[in-house]
Amino acid sequence: MTEGEDVIKSELVQIVAARNPHLYHRDVENIVNAVLDEITDALAGGNRVELRGFGAFSVKNRPSRSGRNPRTGDAVFVEEKWVPFFKTGKELRERLNPGQADEDD
Amino acid sequence: MTGKTVTRADLAESVFRKVGLSRAESAELVETIIDEICNAIVRGESVKLSSFATFQVRDKNERIGRNPKTGEEVPISPRRVMTFKASNVLKQRILKSHQQRKAKQKPASPAT
Repeated sequence: MTEGEDVIKSELVQIVAARNPHLYHRDVENIVNAVLDEITDALAGGNRVELRGFGAFSVKNRPSRSGRNPRTGDAVFVEEKWVPFFKTGKELRERLNPGQADEDD
Repeated sequence: MTGKTVTRADLAESVFRKVGLSRAESAELVETIIDEICNAIVRGESVKLSSFATFQVRDKNERIGRNPKTGEEVPISPRRVMTFKASNVLKQRILKSHQQRKAKQKPASPAT
């Protein structure tokens, strides 16, 4: 990584708490966790999560397939999988590339 | 599969139920959280939310793309893109729940 720093969860809590001085730090922590838990539960329940301006979380199905062990060349059966997926929203894409036409759609 | 779409309103409702702020304030807090995640990303910072996911910004150089319909070559301008990497906790949770749901859907499976 070349630019910027990392924001970890505790720092996100601090930033949000600074904008809400009337709340206890512990409450802000619970709120951040409630949001992340709700997104997690939704995805685990087979739902998608759409947050305008940010992006959309969904689950992609990867059907079972026969793969190969690259070292031995043996055929192996790869089980069906479900993986989380995120598509960046239009507004965030534009904020990342100001002044550039959005060519994705 | 239920196939519902969860939005900000649902997240706010969950905050309202779990934390006990007013509905209006819950909605505001959800907005602030999403805002600040976006702001950090736009500043070029990685957002690492343990047991959930990492959001990271990457610089892409200019490259030559192709219009899939016409086959025409077009330059794709350099740009910043965001990448999402789910934590193992999130991946496992999603995998397990989907496997379980599928197993329940066809209980007459001979191989158990």
